[in-house]
Amino acid sequence: MKDKKISVVEIINKFSLQVLAGNAEDKYITVSDIKRPGIELAGFWKYFAPERVQLLGRTEISFLQELDRPTLKERIKRFLSYDLSCIIIARNLEVPDILIKEADKRAIPLLRTPISTTRFLSLLTNYLEEVLAPEKTIHGVLVDIYGIGVLISGKSGIGKSETAIQLVKRGHRLVADDVIIVKKIGERELIGMAPEVSRYFLEIRGIGIINVRTLFGAGAVQDSSVINMIAKLEFWDEDKFYERLGLDNNYDTIMGIDIPEVIIPVKPGRNLAMVLEVAAMNMRMKSMGYNAALDFSAKVNDKMRGR
Amino acid sequence: MIKKQMIIKNKTGLHARPAAVFVEIADRFESEIDLTFEGVTVNAKSIIGVLSLGIGRGDMITLTIDGPDEKEAMAAMEEIVENKFGENGGFDENDPIR
Repeated sequence: MKDKKISVVEIINKFSLQVLAGNAEDKYITVSDIKRPGIELAGFWKYFAPERVQLLGRTEISFLQELDRPTLKERIKRFLSYDLSCIIIARNLEVPDILIKEADKRAIPLLRTPISTTRFLSLLTNYLEEVLAPEKTIHGVLVDIYGIGVLISGKSGIGKSETAIQLVKRGHRLVADDVIIVKKIGERELIGMAPEVSRYFLEIRGIGIINVRTLFGAGAVQDSSVINMIAKLEFWDEDKFYERLGLDNNYDTIMGIDIPEVIIPVKPGRNLAMVLEVAAMNMRMKSMGYNAALDFSAKVNDKMRGR
Repeated sequence: MIKKQMIIKNKTGLHARPAAVFVEIADRFESEIDLTFEGVTVNAKSIIGVLSLGIGRGDMITLTIDGPDEKEAMAAMEEIVENKFGENGGFDENDPIR
């Protein structure tokens, strides 16, 4: 996993921020948390987090306005003595001149937005969480089947890409072939996508590289998808136990998140696309609270009790 | 598991035809072969994966091989990289997509 960062210039463009002072070049944001430094400006610096974006709203600005000049100067100087990535003022509030002067002196970008503080905080947090999400590249094929993101995994040559093409022919969508960039959004969700360079491309052994979008149309591809389940293809092993009931859920962990996994044994002539369609639909039913295996065994139990 | 770094020396890097040769050799072995470049790891048996890394001449790659035939696989991969994917022997110098 690589450490990610986003430049302050990008933030300025994204949110149309007004630059009041300082220099945004070579300034980067590396964490998605945002700091409202009220208590620090009141003189308590013990837990100050200078690596975060500093957001000043009405509370902070009116507090600063009530300070006497020497105290204000001392607090502002202390605040800007840290290597801050940027300071953002919400609600188009008036900024104390000393803050502008110091920001220019320390070359720390001082930015302003007309949006209210809480609203801007949530907008910026969502955006930063997405762009700064931890990322990992994995091997496999990602397909959207009935709105369920299915990661097809398994050894090279087992038929992942062929299965994906069968699925595309049946109206489902290819997200990524062979190389999947996985982003961890928050603590619960994984989003997969293809690297830009290989997007829409897929390899079929014996034919070579094909472009799924030009061959099957825009409806056959999708740029990204949540990963809801894993279908692991394995060569059929007579001695291995395969799931027969579906009462228990198996999971595999990707980037610390448990994803339900089904192991699909591959045998020549087995219609894998159909099997995966059923797996995806079954997964959907389970997520809606229905488990066919449980239902079935409950019915058997009822029948036995009635005897 | 064995791991080795090597430098791509052929003229065009790991593009189209050399990449196909690379993948073809990797595919002959049962072991898992991972190719890492600039922090991104892909399956060395995947042409899409190998191509998407955009490895050029002089770039340093890392091969990680794990499995029953890892020693033989590493020797074969090293040989093909060292021989520049048979570039001058196997391919036409003027092929535009080589």
